[in-house]
Amino acid sequence: MEYLSPTTVEEASELLAARPDAEVFAGATDVIPQLRAGRAEPGALVDLKGIERLVSVSADDAGWTIGAATPTADLTGNAQLSAEFPGLVEAAGLIGSDQIQNRSSLGGNLCNASPAADSVPAMVVNDMRAVVAGPDGTRTIPVVDVTTGPGSTSLGPGEFVVEFQLDHRPARTGDAYLRLIPRTEMDIAVVGAGARLSFDEAGVCTSAAVALGAVAPTVVRVSDAESALVGTAASDILGNGDAMAAVAAAATAACNPIDDKRGTVAYRRQVAGVLARRAVTAATERALATNGAATDGAAANGVS
Amino acid sequence: MARTHVTCTINGDETEFLCEQDETLLNALRDDVGLTGVKEGCGTGDCGACSVLLNNRLTCACLVFAPEADGATIVTVEGLASAEALHPVQQTFLEGAALQCGVCTPGFLVAAKALLDHNPDPTETEVRYALAGNLCRCTGYDKIVRAVLDAAADMRSDGALTAD
Amino acid sequence: MTVTDEPTANPGYKQVGTRPIRPDGLDKVTGKARFGADLVLPGMLEGAVLRSPHPHATIVAIDTSAAEAMPGVHAVITGADFPDLAANGARPDDVLMSKNVMARDKVLYEGHPVAAVAAATRKQAKAAAAAIDVTYELLPHVLTVEQAMADDAPILHEGMRTRGLDPAPEVDSNIASRITHERGDLDQGFADADLVVERSFTTKPVHQGYIEPHAAVADASQDGRANLWCSSQGHFSMRTSTAKVLGWEPTRIKVTPAEIGGGFGGKTVIYLEPLATLLSLRSGRPVRLVMDRDEVFRASGPASGTSLRVKVGVTEDGQLTAADVWMAFEAGANPGSPVGAAGMTVLAPYDIPNFFVEGFDVVVNKPRVAAYRAPGAPMAAFAVESVLDELAAGIGIDPVELRLRNAVTEGSQAAYGPKFPVIGFVETLEAIRDHPHYQTELGPNQGRGVAAGFWFNAGMNSTATVNVNEDGNLTVVVGSPDIGGSRSSMCLMAAEELGIDVGRVNAIVADTETVGFNDVTGGSRVTLATGAAVVDACRQIKDDLRGRAAKTWDVEVDVVEWVDGQAQHVDGSETPLTLGELAAKWGRTGGPISATAALNARGVGPAFSTQVCDVEVDPETGEVTVLRYTTAQDAGTAIHPSYVEGQMQGGVVQGIGWALNEEYIYSDDGHLENPGFLDYRVPVASDLPMIDTVVVEVPNPAHPYGVRGVGEVGIVPPLAAVGNAIAAATGVRLTDLPMSPPRVLDAINRAAGDGGD
Repeated sequence: MEYLSPTTVEEASELLAARPDAEVFAGATDVIPQLRAGRAEPGALVDLKGIERLVSVSADDAGWTIGAATPTADLTGNAQLSAEFPGLVEAAGLIGSDQIQNRSSLGGNLCNASPAADSVPAMVVNDMRAVVAGPDGTRTIPVVDVTTGPGSTSLGPGEFVVEFQLDHRPARTGDAYLRLIPRTEMDIAVVGAGARLSFDEAGVCTSAAVALGAVAPTVVRVSDAESALVGTAASDILGNGDAMAAVAAAATAACNPIDDKRGTVAYRRQVAGVLARRAVTAATERALATNGAATDGAAANGVS
Repeated sequence: MARTHVTCTINGDETEFLCEQDETLLNALRDDVGLTGVKEGCGTGDCGACSVLLNNRLTCACLVFAPEADGATIVTVEGLASAEALHPVQQTFLEGAALQCGVCTPGFLVAAKALLDHNPDPTETEVRYALAGNLCRCTGYDKIVRAVLDAAADMRSDGALTAD
Repeated sequence: MTVTDEPTANPGYKQVGTRPIRPDGLDKVTGKARFGADLVLPGMLEGAVLRSPHPHATIVAIDTSAAEAMPGVHAVITGADFPDLAANGARPDDVLMSKNVMARDKVLYEGHPVAAVAAATRKQAKAAAAAIDVTYELLPHVLTVEQAMADDAPILHEGMRTRGLDPAPEVDSNIASRITHERGDLDQGFADADLVVERSFTTKPVHQGYIEPHAAVADASQDGRANLWCSSQGHFSMRTSTAKVLGWEPTRIKVTPAEIGGGFGGKTVIYLEPLATLLSLRSGRPVRLVMDRDEVFRASGPASGTSLRVKVGVTEDGQLTAADVWMAFEAGANPGSPVGAAGMTVLAPYDIPNFFVEGFDVVVNKPRVAAYRAPGAPMAAFAVESVLDELAAGIGIDPVELRLRNAVTEGSQAAYGPKFPVIGFVETLEAIRDHPHYQTELGPNQGRGVAAGFWFNAGMNSTATVNVNEDGNLTVVVGSPDIGGSRSSMCLMAAEELGIDVGRVNAIVADTETVGFNDVTGGSRVTLATGAAVVDACRQIKDDLRGRAAKTWDVEVDVVEWVDGQAQHVDGSETPLTLGELAAKWGRTGGPISATAALNARGVGPAFSTQVCDVEVDPETGEVTVLRYTTAQDAGTAIHPSYVEGQMQGGVVQGIGWALNEEYIYSDDGHLENPGFLDYRVPVASDLPMIDTVVVEVPNPAHPYGVRGVGEVGIVPPLAAVGNAIAAATGVRLTDLPMSPPRVLDAINRAAGDGGD
């Protein structure tokens, strides 16, 4: 196996076009165990971390650009990003130990295409977009469209994710991600739930996104939960009113899980409802704690 | 295929080694460079015994390809002490009996150094989460956590003395 | 060198009970210590083992020709290269040990070795191992005791008949043996009870989980001898076992102990050692074999999965009247589960007038079990201590009080036979009852559990040599691998004997040709038995030194006493001679000063532990958080209190892991699904609180320093302590381990009438 380390997106694209047996990697936290277990045998591995664009985080008036190979430790260490999108950053920060955090990335977590990837539900509820480079140039697609099943993505031959785009948070908006693992660290999610809610000045929910991980072949948007939340007062949400019962029921119903070594179907269904409800609560509390849009003061509150 | 030439700085010394391109940094450090203080407990990033600082970031050497180390700065357990003195966390591990068999100890020490380098006054909970990537099967972690907290206190008071 | 000085229960001691830095500590915090995989020899080859992908199959043929032709390959071995021990009249256990190391006609579990390769690099060795062509004929397999004990079960070992049945059976069985213990009249005992509780329990196989994988380096030479370096709990038994498998005299092999990266019982048996030796013999080169983590899980000894039924009766005033215990232990592929020890320990803490204990050792298509810290006792205690918790609640008395009313004391007839000597069980119970932890208030969804445990401890064979150096400092030479600070304990006892500061004593663990025979570091025996040998050798040295002082002063030896590191005349008439002065003059008084003691240690002091655990349970997800944990254990005398506490804490945390999340998960087709630390979930630092320790010291009168042994009993109570705490928090009793979130939530659902899965 050959190790290749391009320094530009173009160079990486050319390498991948020339080497159909090559695969890209960022932190190698999944690739090396796969090689070791004999589950992958690429002819070449293309290290994307040498491309500066892929390991940078920046913000402008429109929003954030996060390099696909940026270590997640750089996201948790970014105070502004953490303040604006605490749920996203917490999800990214749950990927493994401190050792892993210095290697893992949003791009790797997404493209490894594990149904249990922690950052994906959080990226999906925040409507993040992936900029994909390939032989025919770049295209931008919603993150939710990248993964198509366990271990498979919609990326074509020679394509790789360069960066993610994330619009600034609107006023009175909060996000959250929660997962269930048997221990407190070092585990793969048995169930994960992301939520993002926005409220009007009267405290009524104007938009809601709820997504589940580890309960189906890909991340699941829970549209019935979302429609139950829109139009609901924050006080009802925090009071665990009828809408929240609907959220839990919808989350349970949206699951299409399997029995495996990490959890049973029944367990995943039940806990998906619990975590969805709790994530919605956490997102609501965060939304209420933020008075205006993030651009009014990205440092705002938000961090719990 | 010819082996790949890697130049890096390890524990302050410019070091060269030859490696296979799909070899891990752990393998290179142990077998090609001879730094056997870096331990293999799992090879999959789940135990932390091979923890090193790679460009000042705490990393499992088993999850890094050796060629990635070209141009990098690496610190292993062998590089923690000076000729005159142990690193404070090495000293508190000894004094606090924070090791039993000692095979996880190198990884814990490197992880503890990484923590204390950027958080000189961690809480017990912060220490526990910062060390969650390092498995110890002997101690139940109690004395390890105490030793890291003690080292932090020692380093703070040393720093205070120096500052005065 | 001494960090703190704390007087122990024995105020006369000046060294014992202090907390010096261990002699091997510096090497272990600087990365210099050499563990099993760290040795490199000139010209060394790397090995790899080909393992069975099937749980049960006949080996029809093995073709190694392709592997032998591959680049870098120097040797390939299979079962055909090992002697047929059965044909040589070896004991059946040794025949099975040999076949476990390398399969012959049959593979009995996924991971069973079928061939091994030595090549220039590990990569080449692995590639060559993968190129070995094995033809298997698959056989039906059994994975649980229920499957294995069924009448129509496929048989693992042709010709195996259950021992311990009367009359002797006439058909083959997977039940290797049956054990029983009984006393009194069981029916009468239950008739006397006011409350009887009967429950069934299961536990899954769990692994010792040492962080260092097994490793061995062998260097065999043309004269048919071999040097072997390996990390083990006993290099003498590695030598004995390796020699048996190879059909050699043991002394053809010299074993040098590497530092050992954890064992907990699992490194008392051979796996790689004979393979490395034979590969080295065949290749004429040193060979290193190191297991990958998945090999450690698949092929080195877990602890038994078990199935138990326990029925106990109690009067309304808290007297236990009867106990009926049934248990079946998975042995893995070959007989030898610790069901015997389980049967002996299960009722040991209590005076129960009427009981019947029946146990079965059952082979299944999983790796052969190995010892794990108090082997057999934790599973047995999980069952009995859970039932006692229900009984205490049922008759409305405090669970510690129930145990106190029935606790064994000195002179009690143990359920397994002998009368107890001086023991400290009551003291551990009182320590927990009186601990501030036991009085604290609990919040919502929180619960408190108590459990107790017993372990025999062991004596066995040890040899130690003590050398006085020319500067008057001591070197203690032992043959017991140090797995948790035992070098320090040896130094402390030697320093105490000779009245010198512990900083003047060093201890080393020597190879099989430098020190006399030692049994394994196991059974919590080293501080007791090897310690007794060290003390004996030191006493010989003291007598020798007194004699040399007498000679110097030209007086009778009986007027010379040894006090505080020096010889002095009883009437003070001579200027005392220090150890250093006597050492400096040894040339004039008879030469160098050295003594060796070899003994089979008697006077074993049993150990008891009582523990209290607080948990909080999330009623919606089943997650269990351990909030607080306190363990009280009778150490006899704590020689080095820090390492005594460390053993207590380590045992507790392994028990917490066993209780909450650790388990071998097999697919129905016999494959281990979690052979790594990602899904075999040992506790991580953030899972735990501090583990508070109360070191109870009821000295063992049969040991010169009152030692009992502290390594094992700490893992016995936690399974039930955690389970009892969960029961208190939720009102739901869990009887199947591990009590992982899905199991806890399912139990909560069932209790709420929601069904569950």
